[in-house]
Amino acid sequence: MDRILKEEADSQILKALMADTNITIEDALENEMVLNMGPQHPATHGVLRLLLRLDGETVMACVPELGYLHRGYEKMAENMSYLEFIPHTDRLDYTATMCNNVAYVLAVEKLAGIEAPKRAQYIRMLMAELSRIAGHLIAIGTFAMDVGAITVLMWAFREREKIQEFYDLVAGARFTTSYTRIGGVASDVTDEAISMIKAFIDKFDKAVDEMENILNTNRIFIDRLEGIGTLTKEDAIRYGVTGPSLRASGVQHDIRRANPYLFYDELDFDIPVHTEGDCLARYFIRIEEVRESAKIVKQIIGKMPKGEIIANNPKRVLPHKTEIYSKMEELIHDFMIVNFGMNPPAGDIYSAVENPKGELGFYIVSNGKGAPWKFKIRSPSFCNLQVLPLIVKGAMISDVVAIIGSLDPVMGEADK
Amino acid sequence: MEFKELIVEKIRSAFNGALSGVNEYRGDLSLTVDSGKIAAICKFLKEDSELNFNMCEDVTAIDQATHTNRFTLVYHIYSLENKFRLRLKTNIEAEMTDTVTGIWQSANWYEREVFDMYGIKFHNHPDLRRIYMPEEFEYHPLRKEFPVLGIPGSIPLPKK
Repeated sequence: MDRILKEEADSQILKALMADTNITIEDALENEMVLNMGPQHPATHGVLRLLLRLDGETVMACVPELGYLHRGYEKMAENMSYLEFIPHTDRLDYTATMCNNVAYVLAVEKLAGIEAPKRAQYIRMLMAELSRIAGHLIAIGTFAMDVGAITVLMWAFREREKIQEFYDLVAGARFTTSYTRIGGVASDVTDEAISMIKAFIDKFDKAVDEMENILNTNRIFIDRLEGIGTLTKEDAIRYGVTGPSLRASGVQHDIRRANPYLFYDELDFDIPVHTEGDCLARYFIRIEEVRESAKIVKQIIGKMPKGEIIANNPKRVLPHKTEIYSKMEELIHDFMIVNFGMNPPAGDIYSAVENPKGELGFYIVSNGKGAPWKFKIRSPSFCNLQVLPLIVKGAMISDVVAIIGSLDPVMGEADK
Repeated sequence: MEFKELIVEKIRSAFNGALSGVNEYRGDLSLTVDSGKIAAICKFLKEDSELNFNMCEDVTAIDQATHTNRFTLVYHIYSLENKFRLRLKTNIEAEMTDTVTGIWQSANWYEREVFDMYGIKFHNHPDLRRIYMPEEFEYHPLRKEFPVLGIPGSIPLPKK
């Protein structure tokens, strides 16, 4: 106090400090308290900060504060070519990198009017579904850990590790894959990789059974989630919630079915729906979606067509390296695309796909130059987090952890 | 009648003259409407029993970097029943427009983001604060005049 008086005699600070000394608490039970949860808190799944107003242990109000991981991707995208942005999509939802890669190139292809060959699209679907499994496994594992079931985290990560080996085999990186290219994919999936994925998927159902058995028969797990954080159908729609959280509230909406992209209309899969809208329903949805994704992967492997993996569109799509070194025309195109961008025609598009977290949309405005004029990421985690103050109201502090886990936000995506 | 035509027809008849442009590009239907009527048109699109645009997916702005009509607001709304996405665009003259938070609750944070990134204010918004940048930050980063490297000293560091 003396130090403050001497060195920083700011009259306002001093006044505020002096005013505090007169607080008397007459009845300790009648007082509300403000608790700062995060940004450095393991249960907030990244750098989410919540300000909670508590009465005892009951949450009276909650204000989420975002921006601790804001990197300004939308600004950066306006200053780089379309091709250069692909690695940055890995860093959005870093638990399901392939899904983001696919979503981004689909948006750019829609803008430029390119269609990737059928094999490339099937490879994209295959990797996106594997990525969805990986993303959901992390969600289930960390969610179970948040409420005290640590074993499942290890099991989920063990299975995810196998999927990352496929990434390594196919894309050359375990984590930051950057696998897709505008007009196709970076490298072909070998027969060896396909047979490995097939072997994995055949055993995968058993692994999910194990996880499900240990969780669904666990009384503590069920009791901590049932009826907690209930989100009604109306509120879910009103707050623009998408993905598993929306389907857990009884809305059968999945963009893979509603507005099919890639070749999802050729595949047979169900969209799981629950009507309870609580944390337990959101967990069930994820488990069921993992099984559906495994079903899709099996079908894709069976139907995988032969052919090219990148479109033949020399003005917009990067040619293959061997051609660049041997042919003049291709060298020129490569130089132009890398240095000046691929210049899609002026216009604006919005392209949305179903990511593990919900609807990932890109709104791109092109003015015909190499870099987008406006680039907007509609990230599902950001939109889903908005409903948090509503559903934590009236819950206990320990339930807040479960509710965040069940919404499964990834801050890399929410903060952009 | 096709659904796209139905939307255009209904807005034309309900708001005489407020619809200034209909554009379809790569399958996306985009309507340009009068900025003064935006809240009323949104309310109509949500409450009409046939159209039923019950979900607001995104609100964002485009900085056109021009002297007049600098900003364009862009709304993406979705009808779960009809499985249809519509884009609404409106050019605003002043850096001020009506909020649609009262119509779709989800617009709350989207509009906060637009305010943070472009400095566009929304009338009657319940909680218009910055969402990503610190409260004391003076600039709006997605405006075209803001340099991509940032402005030195714009985020204060602790004193030595």
